[in-house]
Amino acid sequence: MNDENQNLEEMIKKLTARVEELEENAPDNNLCIGVMSGDYDSTMAAFIIALGATAYDMEVDLFFTFWGLSALRDPKKKAKKDFLGKMFGTMLPSSCNKLPLSKMQMLGMGPPMIKSVMKMHNAKSLEELMKDAGEFGVRIHVCTMAMDVMGMKKEEMIDYPHIDYVGVGAFVGMFQEAKQCWFM
Amino acid sequence: MTTDELKGLEVATEVDARGTACPGPLLDAKRAIGDCPDNGVMCVLSSDEGTIIDIQRWSKKMKYEYLGDLEDDGFWRVFFKKTV
Repeated sequence: MNDENQNLEEMIKKLTARVEELEENAPDNNLCIGVMSGDYDSTMAAFIIALGATAYDMEVDLFFTFWGLSALRDPKKKAKKDFLGKMFGTMLPSSCNKLPLSKMQMLGMGPPMIKSVMKMHNAKSLEELMKDAGEFGVRIHVCTMAMDVMGMKKEEMIDYPHIDYVGVGAFVGMFQEAKQCWFM
Repeated sequence: MTTDELKGLEVATEVDARGTACPGPLLDAKRAIGDCPDNGVMCVLSSDEGTIIDIQRWSKKMKYEYLGDLEDDGFWRVFFKKTV
């Protein structure tokens, strides 16, 4: 009888340790989205999904890299740049309102058309969605390497309440703790 | 840790990853972690500001203790302790 009790005690100890380990490694109720394309439509989709997730009390991390960065530029802000940086700065969209569409760009006619159709259907613009995202605590993480490559500066980024500047290590940490990770 | 405390730390292993872009500094830290004695302090020098949060998250996952960062002239010193 004593032996049996001891066995049980040992088993409980082992199981408790395993459960604790599993709990520690279990993902949080987080969603993680990599935003890279720089297209108006897919950036918008990222924010709509992010906002939907916050309604479910999920925490959302958006990682912006490469072409995705243009969405975070504030056209009213100016930053000191070198020649290449200035060149990139003029060639890239100056704000989220200037992003191209992934389809039906039609030499620039597409975006205003889509935006007027969206307005007709009471769909929010990307700018409004970004404001909502700030209100609901969606976190924006900006890739510093992409900023360097494209000559973008912190000084020209939008005023967003939850923004920080990170590398790939932070992104990997985020999706390890997330239930889902997408890249668009 | 305060700035003075960070400055006064005895660093066991220093990794100079200045001039390399992401993920260079993180990989250099990973490469050098074997040379760092247990419970020793490692300092990563990086000119990429993203390294600060990268090392913060990574050391949390690795169960190391993140100690803080110091800004220098155009680069950062990021400190963590290789706790075992």
